[in-house]
Amino acid sequence: MTFYAQRAIKDILENRFLNAVTIITIALSVLIVSSFGLFFFNAQELFDAWEKGVRIMVYLEPGTTEAQRLDTRYRLQTIAGIQNIRFVSKTDAMNLMKTRMQRQASLLDNLRENPLPDAFEVTMATEANSPEKVEFLAQRIESLPSVSGVEYGQQWIERFANFFNLFKLAGYGMGTLFFMATVFIAANTIRLVLYSRREEIHIMRLVGATDRFIKIPFYLQGILQGLSGGLIGVGVLYAAFSAVGSQFEQTLAAEMVAIRFFSPGVCVAIVTCGMLTGLLGSFFSLKQFTRK
Amino acid sequence: MTRMTEKSAVIRMFHVHKRYGAKQALVDVTLDIAKNEFLYISGPSGAGKSTLLKLLYLAEPVSEGQILVDGMNLSRIPRRRVPMLRRKFGIIFQDYKLIPTRTVYENVALVLEARGKKRSLIEKKVKSVLRVVRMEDRLTAFPPSLSGGEQQRVAVARAVAGDPKIILADEPTGSLDDDSAAIIFQLLNMFHNRGATVVVATHDKALIESATGRVLHLQQGRLDRPLDI
Repeated sequence: MTFYAQRAIKDILENRFLNAVTIITIALSVLIVSSFGLFFFNAQELFDAWEKGVRIMVYLEPGTTEAQRLDTRYRLQTIAGIQNIRFVSKTDAMNLMKTRMQRQASLLDNLRENPLPDAFEVTMATEANSPEKVEFLAQRIESLPSVSGVEYGQQWIERFANFFNLFKLAGYGMGTLFFMATVFIAANTIRLVLYSRREEIHIMRLVGATDRFIKIPFYLQGILQGLSGGLIGVGVLYAAFSAVGSQFEQTLAAEMVAIRFFSPGVCVAIVTCGMLTGLLGSFFSLKQFTRK
Repeated sequence: MTRMTEKSAVIRMFHVHKRYGAKQALVDVTLDIAKNEFLYISGPSGAGKSTLLKLLYLAEPVSEGQILVDGMNLSRIPRRRVPMLRRKFGIIFQDYKLIPTRTVYENVALVLEARGKKRSLIEKKVKSVLRVVRMEDRLTAFPPSLSGGEQQRVAVARAVAGDPKIILADEPTGSLDDDSAAIIFQLLNMFHNRGATVVVATHDKALIESATGRVLHLQQGRLDRPLDI
């Protein structure tokens, strides 16, 4: 294997320009696709965090008695998909409002009577977090006696989810296209090298070289191109992430959101994909070349 | 002529035809070549000498007929076994067919590398054959920097590096001066004396007149004196 590796490295050095073009192409593809991947990865985490926080506020009709309130609570407990129910009295709600309004809280002092309703804060179970299920549960809760209305402030998540899914689909499509284009370019580079060395390969065959002997260095060449391209792509992405991430760090920290780079495992997987791209390129061009 | 026994023949050709489209390159060639024979195939350019050699190492498939090389029937040999067949031969070409981007040493070593030999053995063997062809002081030279005669000596070294049973030489002196040609023939004779079967295709009349081995003449793809089997 050392012999094959030495030959592959020698071939790369002898065809520096062609190999540089392939390595840069693989690096660019890895960079573009990984950038999308990194965006989706962080966006998905953010989205998951939002989804986990989906709550429905169930407002009770004014004048609801203790018995009716307990009955409503009991009915809510029987509904599947509800994880937690917390009663928020109108007094608690007013206090919370005053806390949030801070300086303007004195405005509320002039109210003769607390206009806020008693309410239940309902937390959804993880499996019922999808926008469709939340909407369905909200409608069901609204139909309960003593319930004057429900509010689930994250309806916009549904719209965002649709947009996000569309974006994700476009990302998959682009990733596939980039992968195919890169394989095509890698295949063409190897084909050009093969073409420039066709006489040498012909001589090798005449002296009894097997296909394996001829092909293995080209496979290794493809893998090395992919490895170099993958490392460069991930390296540049990390540098860009570090530079851009530090600019938004404070803003995002205030929102209690942390953006993260890929784990070492994912980085290894990306570089492996790059190597696979190079290998596939070599495979296709050699398949065509040896068929002739 | 004494009929060759099946056992003593290393190459057997039975009613071999080779066609390129409508053109007949070889017509009904039947021929036995004995082990350790030095055989000349003569004839004018285009007579089919090179084609005949190419059929032996499967650079071209036969159109009709059968060829046996050291017991291997070339019509039935699978593609993956072709390299094994070619390792039985050491081939010398008129245009040398050396790899210009590889040194003299690397060109000769290629034959042994392709066979998966150990590096230490390769080094020993390559230096040894290059010493025999008197090219040991040009190990690191690249073929374009060598004269025609030197390149052909390297080609001879490459041909014999793998200790082949059969040496095929296609117009080995065609582009060489008389002195260089004489050296090449000395080398071929030397390897013949060491036990190799040598088949030389040539149109060089002077060479054929001085030949010590059997001479067959090809004319428009036909052997003038085919063997009756």
